[in-house]
Amino acid sequence: MNLTAKELLPAVRRGISISCFAVLVILLGSGAQAQTKNSCLDCHAVLDPPLGVKAEQFAQDIHAQKGLTCVSCHGGDPTSEDPTRAMSRAAGFRGKISRSQTPALCSRCHSDGSYMRQFNPSLRTDQYAQYLTSVHGKRLARGDTKVAVCTDCHGVHDLRPARDPRSKVHALNIDETCSRCHANAEYMKGYSIPTDQFASYSASVHHDALVVRGDLSAPTCSTCHGNHGAAPPGVASVEFVCSTCHVFQAQLFDQSPHKAAFAAMGLPACVTCHSNHRILRPTDAMIGTAEEAVCLNCHSSGDQGFAAAEEMHRQLKSLEAALARADQVLSQAESSGMEVSQARLDRGQARDALTKARVTIHAFQVARVAEDIGVGVKGAEQTYQAGVKALVERDYRRKGLAVSLITILVVLIGLRLYILHLEAREPAP
Amino acid sequence: MGVLRRVRDWLDQRFGWAELIAPLKKKTVPAHRYSYWYFLGGITLFLFLIQVGTGILLLLYYRPSANEAFESVQYIMTQVQFGWLVRSIHSWAANLMILSAFLHMFSVLFLRAYRKPRELTWVSGMVLLALALGFGFSGYLLPWNTLAFFATKVGTDVAAQVPLVGRWLMIFLRGGEEVTGATLIRFFGFHVALLPGITTLFLALHLLLVQRFGISVPPAVEKEWQGSSRGAREIRFFPNFLLRELMAWYVALGVLGVLAALLPWGLGTKADPFAPAPAGIKPEWYFMFMFQTLKLIPAKIGFIDGEQLGVLLFAVAGLVWLLLPFFDPEGRGRAQRWVLGAGIFALTYIAGMTAYGYMAK
Repeated sequence: MNLTAKELLPAVRRGISISCFAVLVILLGSGAQAQTKNSCLDCHAVLDPPLGVKAEQFAQDIHAQKGLTCVSCHGGDPTSEDPTRAMSRAAGFRGKISRSQTPALCSRCHSDGSYMRQFNPSLRTDQYAQYLTSVHGKRLARGDTKVAVCTDCHGVHDLRPARDPRSKVHALNIDETCSRCHANAEYMKGYSIPTDQFASYSASVHHDALVVRGDLSAPTCSTCHGNHGAAPPGVASVEFVCSTCHVFQAQLFDQSPHKAAFAAMGLPACVTCHSNHRILRPTDAMIGTAEEAVCLNCHSSGDQGFAAAEEMHRQLKSLEAALARADQVLSQAESSGMEVSQARLDRGQARDALTKARVTIHAFQVARVAEDIGVGVKGAEQTYQAGVKALVERDYRRKGLAVSLITILVVLIGLRLYILHLEAREPAP
Repeated sequence: MGVLRRVRDWLDQRFGWAELIAPLKKKTVPAHRYSYWYFLGGITLFLFLIQVGTGILLLLYYRPSANEAFESVQYIMTQVQFGWLVRSIHSWAANLMILSAFLHMFSVLFLRAYRKPRELTWVSGMVLLALALGFGFSGYLLPWNTLAFFATKVGTDVAAQVPLVGRWLMIFLRGGEEVTGATLIRFFGFHVALLPGITTLFLALHLLLVQRFGISVPPAVEKEWQGSSRGAREIRFFPNFLLRELMAWYVALGVLGVLAALLPWGLGTKADPFAPAPAGIKPEWYFMFMFQTLKLIPAKIGFIDGEQLGVLLFAVAGLVWLLLPFFDPEGRGRAQRWVLGAGIFALTYIAGMTAYGYMAK
């Protein structure tokens, strides 16, 4: 194909236009690259701690993932390769954030509802206000920089959302995070508070539920003390703290004679009997008049409470014994192959009555406990009777089997004799 | 004149009763040291009849729906007079029937009773064994308990591995993608209508062929008889053989009674389709050797899916087993030794894999 110069001209013009556009795009692209340049990491990635921050470490940080960079907290000019210019006060460089400045710095964003909404509309923005009411916040305001600030609990440069199991403030990790200071006797010297809370909590039923059984709804430090507004619940309010989960026990306690008595003696509810951090799995031995009963801390032989404690313990034990008796006969029936699933279900209901009675104990009224125990004992007795009936039925079946087997044996002998008789008379064909 | 004689005369006058039972009177069966093995077929038949009887009784109370099946079986076992006995006998007799069918099959194989002209008797017997396994598989789900539910899930998953038609077969069996109430109704239909209908036809054919060709004599016994001056030893079918068979049935009834009364068949817990499968799900013992084999096969063998290859191999082995008599019609020579070897291998393999399946975690 032969083309003239005139015919070629539009194609050449089009080619030049496309080339110019491509060059423009490349230039703009390189400009954009220059804008996102972060010179902070160029140096700090190779420094040793505490100045060193690895790029991959910061990439895991929730702030980095939401598009924030070093400059968001530390200021400065990350586009400059010159350290003097990049970290100049003129460029707004703040340098290392001091502990006393940390909560206020974090709150610049975290207390701004309209700013935070764009990242997570459901995230609270009252952390700083809460912090100011906490023991940590109050002491910090008084100049004590040893107390916890945001970064002590949440970490720095690798912050993760609380729902992330690797986060220091995830429900499973909070106790250890708090214990880094609160279990350190050397660090806590001068604060006149004990340092055995972590050890005590680790032995508690709550720790067992949370860490061993993985029940994330079980309480950890912040559940009772608060997180940002962390403070001891205090004598007056401890009941309210416990009752956020143990609703019925608290309601019953309020109706009990102990309510007024504890208040008069200045004793806190709940923890007087159950302790605070070392809350062990409650047992029936806690109530009563035996050596391990907590009732003996206040009551002694001859007083009304002593007699009531003894009676409530006796009732709990009587239902437990009735359930054990029913269990034994049901297991025996089951191991004989008897179908007792309905009785097992009824036995479960009787067991529920025992659980309910153990809750009703918190009313500390013998009659109310007796009511629940009565329901349980009746259910246990019915279950026991169902088990006995199943065993009677089993024995009846076995007798029937014996009669059937004897009949079959007699028929077999009869048949054999008849065959012999037949074959003796008739010669084989 | 006794009542029985009068009834016989009445029947004779109308239907020619004497003429009808004349061949029965003349019929003889061979008597030798292996005769007792022949009772296994009769015992299998007896247990099948018990299944029919107890199955009909269970039908009076059983409700085939995912919401009611478990409760209805529970009701049968706890509230219905002798319901526990009927259900226990039905479950135990099912297992004993399959056991006695397997023993019958191996005894026929080792006594070489499959030889010409009895090839089709073997084939019809094999079809009956397959139908019995079908009865077992479909009946196992009907109480709608946890073990049955997940065993059916596993079983139908295996069916999905059948090359080409697997997925279609699985959906056909389940009545959908998953094991649901639709599967239960479907299995109920198979168990009480489809399988009994087909079984009746093949059972009639099997019995007809047994009557037509008589009971086989093992070649070794035949040879002994030929060399002996006394010749073949036989006894009358009626009443001599039949009375002996009756004794075997009574023994089976006794065993069944002991099992049903001392080890009543359990019910377990109601199936929950949303619950995770319990650990150690195992199929019924008669499927264990196949299940264990499929478990041991690697996930991939070359480019082929391991489980698919396993299912394919079992299908080929089943087909060869079905056609075994045609490889050795005379029951002698090299072919006979191959068939004997295959029988010993199959028996050892099934017994070994079953034991391994129960011992393995």
